[in-house]
Amino acid sequence: MGAGHAHRLYRHGHSPVHALPPHTKLAAAFAFVVVVVSTPREAVWAFGLYAVLLAAVAYRARVPAGFLLKRLLIEVPFVAFAVLMPFVAEGERVDVLGLSLSVNGLWGAWNVLAKGTLGVAASVLLAATTELRELLLGLQRLRLPPLLVQIASFMIRYGDVITDEMRRMRIARESRGFEARGVRHWGVLAKSAGALFIRSYERGERVHLAMVSRGYAGSMPVIDEVTASRAQWSYALALPCAALVVCLLGWTL
Amino acid sequence: MSTDSIPASLEVSGLAFAYPDGHQALFGVDFAVGRGERVALLGPNGAGKTTLVLHLNGILSGGTGTVTVAGLPVGRKHMAEIRQKVGIVFQDPDDQLFMPTVREDVAFGPAAAGLKGAALQERVRTALEQVGMADFADRPPHHLSFGQRRRVAVATVLAMEPEILVLDEPSSNLDPASRRELADILRALDVTVLMVTHDLPYALELCPRSLILSDGVIAADGPTGDVLSDDALMRAHRLELPFGFDPKSVTTSGR
Amino acid sequence: MHVPDGFIDAPTSAVTGVVAAGAIAVSLRGARRELDERTAPLAGLVAAFIFAVQMLNFPVAAGTSGHLLGGALAAILVGPYTGVLCVSVVLLMQGILFADGGLTALGVNITDMAIVTTVVSYAVFRGLLAVLPRGRRSVTVASFVAALVSVPAAAVAFTLIYAVGGTTDVALGKVATAMIGVHVLIGIGEAAITALTVGAVVAVRPDLVHGARGLRQELKLRVHGELVDAPAAAAPAAARTSRRTLWITGLVTSLVLAGFVSFYASANPDGLEKVAHDHGIDRKTEDHASADSPLADYGVKDVSDARLSGGLAGVIGVGVTVVAGSAIFWAVRRRRTQDVSPTGTEI
Repeated sequence: MGAGHAHRLYRHGHSPVHALPPHTKLAAAFAFVVVVVSTPREAVWAFGLYAVLLAAVAYRARVPAGFLLKRLLIEVPFVAFAVLMPFVAEGERVDVLGLSLSVNGLWGAWNVLAKGTLGVAASVLLAATTELRELLLGLQRLRLPPLLVQIASFMIRYGDVITDEMRRMRIARESRGFEARGVRHWGVLAKSAGALFIRSYERGERVHLAMVSRGYAGSMPVIDEVTASRAQWSYALALPCAALVVCLLGWTL
Repeated sequence: MSTDSIPASLEVSGLAFAYPDGHQALFGVDFAVGRGERVALLGPNGAGKTTLVLHLNGILSGGTGTVTVAGLPVGRKHMAEIRQKVGIVFQDPDDQLFMPTVREDVAFGPAAAGLKGAALQERVRTALEQVGMADFADRPPHHLSFGQRRRVAVATVLAMEPEILVLDEPSSNLDPASRRELADILRALDVTVLMVTHDLPYALELCPRSLILSDGVIAADGPTGDVLSDDALMRAHRLELPFGFDPKSVTTSGR
Repeated sequence: MHVPDGFIDAPTSAVTGVVAAGAIAVSLRGARRELDERTAPLAGLVAAFIFAVQMLNFPVAAGTSGHLLGGALAAILVGPYTGVLCVSVVLLMQGILFADGGLTALGVNITDMAIVTTVVSYAVFRGLLAVLPRGRRSVTVASFVAALVSVPAAAVAFTLIYAVGGTTDVALGKVATAMIGVHVLIGIGEAAITALTVGAVVAVRPDLVHGARGLRQELKLRVHGELVDAPAAAAPAAARTSRRTLWITGLVTSLVLAGFVSFYASANPDGLEKVAHDHGIDRKTEDHASADSPLADYGVKDVSDARLSGGLAGVIGVGVTVVAGSAIFWAVRRRRTQDVSPTGTEI
């Protein structure tokens, strides 16, 4: 593994999708989801085509279907929500297996399920083919405020450090025979959380000292610049463009 | 020890400082470190060592006295230059390594000073080679061992080509092998070193000269072997040698 | 609860996106004013803290546990501007890295969970502090109320967004009842944890609590100089404060619970608790707080034992929320359908 700064959703590879500059991928994924969300829900076939498009991308990126499907599980809570919609929604009702369901609610459930699933799939594909560091560079390139990108990169850098501190505090608690069992123990847990905050904040101050010591004066120097050629842009934007065609067909047909 | 012909790397005179809450940490510190010297700054906890270090590149100021780095007074006027000349390696490498990858972290200082492109990459490569970490350039810091992180932290400062390298407890939390590797690296460097430490054998191994900072003043200044062998002096300043360690029995190569 | 894509229609998502962008722009300026060039490292570390503390499990009853959302905590500890930034960054990263919350719904999620919670809780907090007598206990009490209000406030905001751009026309009253009702319950947990955590920080480093800055001056005079004495003086006070906090927390919680639980009797809490209990034990054995990193944590849930840990955790969390809300709706609706059933079958 050449790059260790991969998160769990990242899947190392050398596919053409992996090789695309991060900001083109971010833009493409975002545009794709926007198009999907704007599609009328009655155009059921359109969502099928979107799924085919994503499957094609997954194939090019050599992301196996099993991997993708497993990651989709993050959506499960909303499936539960969607399932309830036909019961809850207003309007005309139909009887299915003895249950009175709202037609509108059924459409609503379909809408949320289809669009939500496609959205999650697109995000998962993006995350699976882009390294953390690249994502940050991509966000920076897409003109996200630099300060916001800096905050995000500090969060990523120190997320592990702080979670590790939290884990050590838990081990220390448990080593002394403490195990949180109920509301009675919230005080102790909250004290840990408070201590964690103090440690985090103080570390922030020390990090700032270390930065100032190396000449930081409020703005991060640009060390890496990501650039994309026109070919790379057109390659990345093929996905949302194809989706847009489907969407327009969905509105006209 | 310091030579008179070239300006000393570091000159501190009459430095006194009190924190805003009234706690006074430094009571008139005087010393000089000549170019190319390796000096250990020893002292018990709470002696004001960290406070002193933070004065060397102007992070703390507002007391009396002066700090001069290679002839430049530390102050608002030359701050950027001073911070480039004084490279501080902090105790916890996790604080020092704040960028997502080793390469970017090492590049941070020189890039902040305006270096770009190939020159920047070259500087980063050289610094990482000096500490033997060139193969780890694209790793995120938190995937390295503690010893490796400490070495990268040294590289981040070396990349700025400092006049003087200030190390805060460089040997803390290192296993014996990493300790030795770091010592080898430091010995091979051609820069002035001021090493703040509790680790007396390490000071003896690396630094021909030692200062003792105690209660906010320099209490002793001399060859490390002599300072460590002076039992009364050591006891007076809460400094203790490890069990069974006799500084007189160690032959130091010096530089 | 992170809103997925397709839940809110495109125009409304766009508008909330603009709102979120505007609020972030204001916060960036505000945070810079408060922290100057320390903004990036400090806000970044606080964001990492919020991210980590969201994974700290607070056991409720055998098997079930809750966790902090963190909006109110961030606002009180680091101020509203930095708080908005931190929570927004956490949401942004969750959306991009973990597909947690839709990309087009980022505006909705940030408006709802980052902006509304922090602003409301901070306003309530400052308002209460102005009224209450100066002292640490007031800070804790104000934190409790602020966090308690912030969660249903977010639910109200969500309901409003839903009213404008919801893709399914569920009667607003129902959405509101379900969302707000359930979130009041969640809010109690959030409030207790937030108050306890703020109390713990105030006891040790009151100077770090943005919302208690007025308090700091007073304390500073008392502990002037003598760094050695300060922790010793603070320690017994801390113990006292937290015990009292526990008492107050317990009292308020039981009062509010008594009110709400009786109201929610129709939701059959016993049955719910049992289900949560059965599944909760499965989840507990996963012990995901011990996973080695936050990034790994999401992964662990999804990869190794996705069905058990990831799926069930989510289903139980949101599922309980939804079931509780919809059960009331069912009870209400059944009564109504009985009234109108004859006409219903004719059509």
